[in-house]
Amino acid sequence: MSLWKIALRSIQQRGVASVLTMASMALGVTMVVAILSIHGVVAESFSNSTQTGYQLIVAATKGGKLQVTLNTVFYLSRPVENIPYDYYLEFVSTEQRDREYRSHSMQYELRRVTSRVLTTAAAVGPAPVPAVLLAQAAAEQFDYRASIQPLINQSIARWEPGRPTKYGRMVAFAIPVCLGDYVETFRVVGTTPDFFDKLRYGGGEGRAYRFASGRNFRTYSREHGYFEAVIGSVVARRLGLKVGDTFSPSHGASEADGGESHHHEFTVVGVLAPSGTPNDRAVFVNIEGFYLLDDHAKPLGEGDAFARPKRVSAVSGRAHEDAEHHHGAHGHDHEKARPLPIEQREVTAVLVRATSGPVTLGLQNKIDEEDNAQAVLPILEIYRLFEVFVNPIEQLLLALTVMICIVSGISILVSIYNSMSERKREIAIMRALGAERTTIMAIILLESVMLALGGGLLGWLAGHTLNALASGMVERMTGVQIGFWTFAPGIALLEFPWGGHNVVWKVSTEAIIIPGLIGLAVVVGIFPAWTAYQTDVARSLAD
Amino acid sequence: MNQPSSRPVLLLENLEKSYVEGDGQILRVLDIPRFEVAAGEQLAIVGRSGCGKTTLLHVIAGIARADSGTVLVDGIDLAALSEPARDRVRAAKIGYVFQTFNLMPGFTALENVLLGMTFSRQKRSESRARDLLQRVGLGARLKHRPNQLSVGEQQRVAVARALANHPRLLLADEPTANVDPKNQQAIVDLIRSTCRHEGVALIMVTHAMEIADQFDRVERLETLNQVLQSTETTS
Repeated sequence: MSLWKIALRSIQQRGVASVLTMASMALGVTMVVAILSIHGVVAESFSNSTQTGYQLIVAATKGGKLQVTLNTVFYLSRPVENIPYDYYLEFVSTEQRDREYRSHSMQYELRRVTSRVLTTAAAVGPAPVPAVLLAQAAAEQFDYRASIQPLINQSIARWEPGRPTKYGRMVAFAIPVCLGDYVETFRVVGTTPDFFDKLRYGGGEGRAYRFASGRNFRTYSREHGYFEAVIGSVVARRLGLKVGDTFSPSHGASEADGGESHHHEFTVVGVLAPSGTPNDRAVFVNIEGFYLLDDHAKPLGEGDAFARPKRVSAVSGRAHEDAEHHHGAHGHDHEKARPLPIEQREVTAVLVRATSGPVTLGLQNKIDEEDNAQAVLPILEIYRLFEVFVNPIEQLLLALTVMICIVSGISILVSIYNSMSERKREIAIMRALGAERTTIMAIILLESVMLALGGGLLGWLAGHTLNALASGMVERMTGVQIGFWTFAPGIALLEFPWGGHNVVWKVSTEAIIIPGLIGLAVVVGIFPAWTAYQTDVARSLAD
Repeated sequence: MNQPSSRPVLLLENLEKSYVEGDGQILRVLDIPRFEVAAGEQLAIVGRSGCGKTTLLHVIAGIARADSGTVLVDGIDLAALSEPARDRVRAAKIGYVFQTFNLMPGFTALENVLLGMTFSRQKRSESRARDLLQRVGLGARLKHRPNQLSVGEQQRVAVARALANHPRLLLADEPTANVDPKNQQAIVDLIRSTCRHEGVALIMVTHAMEIADQFDRVERLETLNQVLQSTETTS
């Protein structure tokens, strides 16, 4: 018969007291597991959010860096001021910027109209053309210039074809982000397809975003024009949306909070697989469609309503048409819609990945020095947020749970110690049968360890069952998926170079529970074990 | 059946044992010039209540330490050993049957016998435990706990447990005191026959002369003990 079995029999013999003692320990361990799980969820959520494939957020100078981060990364807090779209274009390649200007800018349109006036004037020379044509072209050019001049004046960097962009050479990619609209309570993010093509999430190299169904939205498609959308997994589940469904964002706030619904409908073309990032709880729409929504265009100068050339008024006037007969002419609208001119565009933020790590800081300094915008390192802000808020709360909770475990440990001590007087005879019998004092001591310590481990196992099971039961709620709240077999994040116990790589041996913090419990059990078991050690055999047998 | 060897299994020489009483007075309990038990021998020790019979057994078993003198058990002087060493000798060479049986309440009959083997360095054998219980008539009650056994059955388990480690000497401290008269003789017979079968020397302490008279050798502790002799002379 092993000492373990003797200890087990002793525990069984005092069934009720043992069960209560183990329950006390189980409660403590349940809380430890729960706290570690919460920490894991928070840490993973933060980790997923920080490793998004970009290093800088460029946003308006108004608003603090933390607000920019909360707003852009977590979609919390209200959006800060916007920055002009032409400033965003300073982060892309010269070719891309020129292409965009030629495709949909008023400045290019002005050049074109001016060129037409000159061509008309040239034509008047040798072969007389009705003077009215020249006058009409000149008036059109004059009115148009007058209407867009205020917008051009607001430009941070005026367009000159072929002029190298300011930051393009330092940037691997830049992705514009427009915020401010909602679908129900979920934030709408106007962006480009690059958001899912180029960004990554999670630790290390990062993982590409996957689609549970459908595909990424396109800048323009024949079926849906500029009005394609991708929705996060939580949004899909909560709103019951799927690929092919349509929705209308509301402006400024959720409809419940007084936001007015736009009249355009976006079509869901993709549903993201759960990523554990805030993106699970967001709606992503094509930025071109976003700009075409009501009130999303920067107003033109005075008289624009009647002075704009037809081509331009077709863009801005489209909203008015849609406002009147949007629902019935959905498909037809896509063919009529043209992108909003660059001068009327703004972005909330630009997500920037620099060409290399060292360049990031140089780029940040350069942006900050010029004072047109601010560059925020989101990882730094999140780390500070973590340090200021999350870590202290987590440490407080952990301290509480450690105290609970110590109290549970003391209950083991009390339970065993109280049983000592009634067990003196049993101890004396074992001693009379040849058990050494140290053997008796070992049996008492084993008993303490078994009570602690038994309670610990029950607590572990209860803690993970809680994880499983709370998985739905946690995923809804944080986007992080947990389940029964989700363990607390690992801590690196050993790190060494091997074959050109760094091998890291990680162990879940939950694994510390086992040696921790054994240590606690030994500490609290020492006192009753010492009492047992000192048992006077002859006297106890006589009693 | 094992044959008794010529070497005494127990030899006490100039054994002295005293206790300090509550008022600080020293009370000498044992003062035995010489006492010897041959291997396989069976004897009864009788004496009036409180004369030190149990103390004598405790000293022989190494549970209590003699103040002076020699306690040779199978050639090993317990008086010269440390406590852990005495524990080991006790586990290997001495069986002990108590007046109140002292079975472990949470253990089955079989486990109680196995418990006797746990603290010995000899190889543990469940078959040996089963055999012993079979021999004491409890083959069908291996899984019963003490509270499910009669008083007589409990004492049988205690006998089996005491013999589990093939001891050289069995100490039985008033083993029939708590047994009903009908079972008393059966218990004595069982202990004696089993010891004979195992070749184990037996010292049975009893206050019942009808039991003591069945032994070829009966020692009065008062006769062995010089302290008690002087006390009796004085009184």
